[in-house]
Formats: sequence, structure tokens, C-alpha cells
Amino acid sequence: MPVDRDPSAQFSDYAHPERLVSTEWLAEKLAGDPAARAGLVVVESDEDVLLYETGHIPGSVKVDWHTDLNDPVQRDYISGEKFAELMSERGISRDSTVVIYGDKNNWWAAYALWVFTLFGHEDVRLLDGGRAKWEAEGREYTLDQPAITPVEYPVPERDDTGIRAYKEDVLAHFGSPLIDVRSPEEYNGSRTTAPAYPEEGALRAGHIPSAQNVPWGKAAADDGTFRPLAELDAIYRDGAGLKDDDEVVAYCRIGERSSHTWFVLHHLMGFENVRNYDGSWTEWGSAVRVPIVTGAEPGEAPAATTR
Amino acid sequence: MSTVPTSNGEGSSPALPEALAEIQRDFLDLSVKDRLQLLLEFSNELPGLPERYADHPDLLEQVVECQSPVFIFVEVTDGLVHLYATAPRESPTTRGFASIIAQGLEGLTVDEALGVPDDYPQTIGLVEAVSPLRIRGMTALLGRAKRQIREKTAA
Repeated sequence: MPVDRDPSAQFSDYAHPERLVSTEWLAEKLAGDPAARAGLVVVESDEDVLLYETGHIPGSVKVDWHTDLNDPVQRDYISGEKFAELMSERGISRDSTVVIYGDKNNWWAAYALWVFTLFGHEDVRLLDGGRAKWEAEGREYTLDQPAITPVEYPVPERDDTGIRAYKEDVLAHFGSPLIDVRSPEEYNGSRTTAPAYPEEGALRAGHIPSAQNVPWGKAAADDGTFRPLAELDAIYRDGAGLKDDDEVVAYCRIGERSSHTWFVLHHLMGFENVRNYDGSWTEWGSAVRVPIVTGAEPGEAPAATTR
Repeated sequence: MSTVPTSNGEGSSPALPEALAEIQRDFLDLSVKDRLQLLLEFSNELPGLPERYADHPDLLEQVVECQSPVFIFVEVTDGLVHLYATAPRESPTTRGFASIIAQGLEGLTVDEALGVPDDYPQTIGLVEAVSPLRIRGMTALLGRAKRQIREKTAA
């Protein structure tokens, strides 16, 4: 059964306030009447694969973006069968309310949420502020791993059509807005990886023609929470030129930072048609005969190809 | 990408230094899940910096290939290698990598340390436990350590 939503006033301006919960709300749920949190599963998803093991929100389970959500052989997400298995092992039912939190401004938590959405899991939310805020407020962590009774989770069909873009979709998208959420150095072509991140193998540097550069972290305030809607409007509408009814594709390097931006554009700002191009620069920057622009300017969009 | 170790310390040459071979055996004896626990133990064992470096963070070299800030410094004393490293508490995986390299190289001769295969991080069963992408951080760490050893013994 879905758990009631967090009525906090700070979320009310967002298009889908039910997609966020505050640290106060979660702490109260965990401390309060167990009946009021029936169906709630808290999931931690971090960049660092061991961070959960050093202390986590009591009762939470871990889902790792790389070892759990990615197929180990083919460059793709796991199958519906594997997802059902993962959910079952973590004690998550199809109607569970899943609240995801993590390190780095919920960067990886947003990525996990996006993958949950590919599999059509209905009620999945982010803990606004993630680990950093929970910690800054001195809230409880535990080393105890919860005892999980596996539950039934029906094998879902993964639907890539709504929120995921492939390379061919991007070629067909030219003329509509693209948001490149990487660092300015990656965007202008002076480097192919984020500062202080490992080389993930792209043969060329630069950006997809016409893409606006809005580094993903701009959407987060200093305490790790999402910025208020007015500030998001200033960044993405005034700054990057997005307009109502725009269809948008966001990308980064492997699709994780752009999941965060996807969450912002879709769930917080209400853009209906936003897709994350998870192939991102590691695919585009190595693909043969796709157009690339270097330098700080977006450049002209080539003619869109029909699919 | 294959996750089969490219060498297992036995039958391949040159032989791994004992500490590294033992670390390799300890990891490979465990299930994939338990390997993470062992990595966490290594992470917790990473010693603090000696005072002479704690006061001089400028002496430490950052390994930019690691996802989290990690700084290493190699000393060669009487021909033997010592490696010091520091990484933040919220980066336990990186700390674990640094701890393995530091313990594995401790007290080796320069030749022994330089002879450690560059692909050692891929051979201890952690690729499938932490992902191929993450293991690159440890490979970079080992590469930096060996480069520092070469620089310090070149003069």
C-alpha cells in the first residue's frame, strides 16, 4: 500500500511534490507507528559501493547503480526478470512506496529512481538532501542490515520509450532542446571526463550540436536539497531557454548525472516529455560519423534524421 | 568484459610479493558479497598519515583517476618502499583500495615493487564485486605509486 505523501510546504510549488520527502518526514515515519509506514521501503544508492556498509538509515536496503542495476555483460540495464529478483530480495513489492537517498546530492539516488521508473515502479520518491542532509542534521545511522523476507514482485516489462533516448533518438531530436549536464570543461572539449573522475573511454571531446550546458549540480542548493522552483526556472527557462511543451533530451557521460536533471525537469518543473540519453558522451564521443561541436557555444543543430 | 583473473599468482611470472599474494588469496577465497566486507576491513585499516605529512598536505599527490579524492605519498628508505595515503571517510571504497596497495607494497624492495603486475587490481576478485569502472581507481593508484617510486630512485 502506498504511504501518504509528505505535505511539506517547501515542495508545494513543484509539479509533482509527491516525488519528494523531507528528512523530517522520514525520521518521523521511522520513529512513529509502524502501521503508518507499512509498505515503505527506504533504499540507499551511492556512488561509493561501500558507503552503505559504513552506516545507513535504519531499516534501509542498498541498491548499487553498477552491480545491481546494470547488466554485467551487455551495455544495458538489467532485464525485467532480474529487476523482479532484485526487488524481491530487497523486500520491495510492486505497490511499495520506495524512498531513495544517497551521496553526492542524490546523484546516484536519482539514477536509481530513473531506472525504477523504466520498470514502471509507480511510487518512487527521493529523500530531499540525501545522505548529506540526514548526516548534517545528526540523524540516526545504523550498521545493522535489516532482515528481509523476500516478497513477490511480478516480472515487469521495461519500457524505454517514454524516458530513455537512444543515439538514434537524439539524431531524430535535433531542432528540439538538448541539455548537456556535464562540466564546462567536458562540454567545450578540453577534457572527456569529469574533473577527478576516471577515464571512461570517449575518443572525441566536445558536445552534441545545439546542446545547452547546464551542469547538473546547479539544481542543488548548498545543503543538497533541490532548489526552489523559481530558481530552477531561472536556470533552465531563462538560462537554457526551455519553454512550456518543449521536448527535452538530457545527457552526461554515462547517463547518471543527467538522471538528476531528468528528475528536476520532469518531476519538479513539470516538463512532460523529458528523456535521458544514457549512452551519453561515452557513446556519442566514440560513435562514427555523428556531429560534434567543440568550444563554449552550443552550435547549430543539424537537420534531424527520421527514424 | 571478462571478469576471469588474468593471472592468479600461481604459474604466472614473476611471482607476486607475499603480502599481495596473500591479499589476493584472501579475496578469492570469499564469495563476491563477502569480498566487499573484506574491502571494508581494509578501508578501516588505512592508517592515518604520519605527522610529517598530516601537516603538509601539499606533499601528497592526488590520484585524479579515483572517483574520490585520494592522496598518496611514497617513501623509499634504505631501499625499501613505504606508501602513505589518505582519502575521506565518506569514500570507503577508495580508502580500501589505498589500504590494499599500501599494505601490499610495504617493505618491498624497489625492484619487487616495480615488478608488481599493473593488472594486479583486476586479479583479486573485486571487478565483479565493485564493477570494472570502479576498479580503475585502484589500477590508477598502483600506477601512481610505481611512478613515484621510479622518480624517487632515479636520482
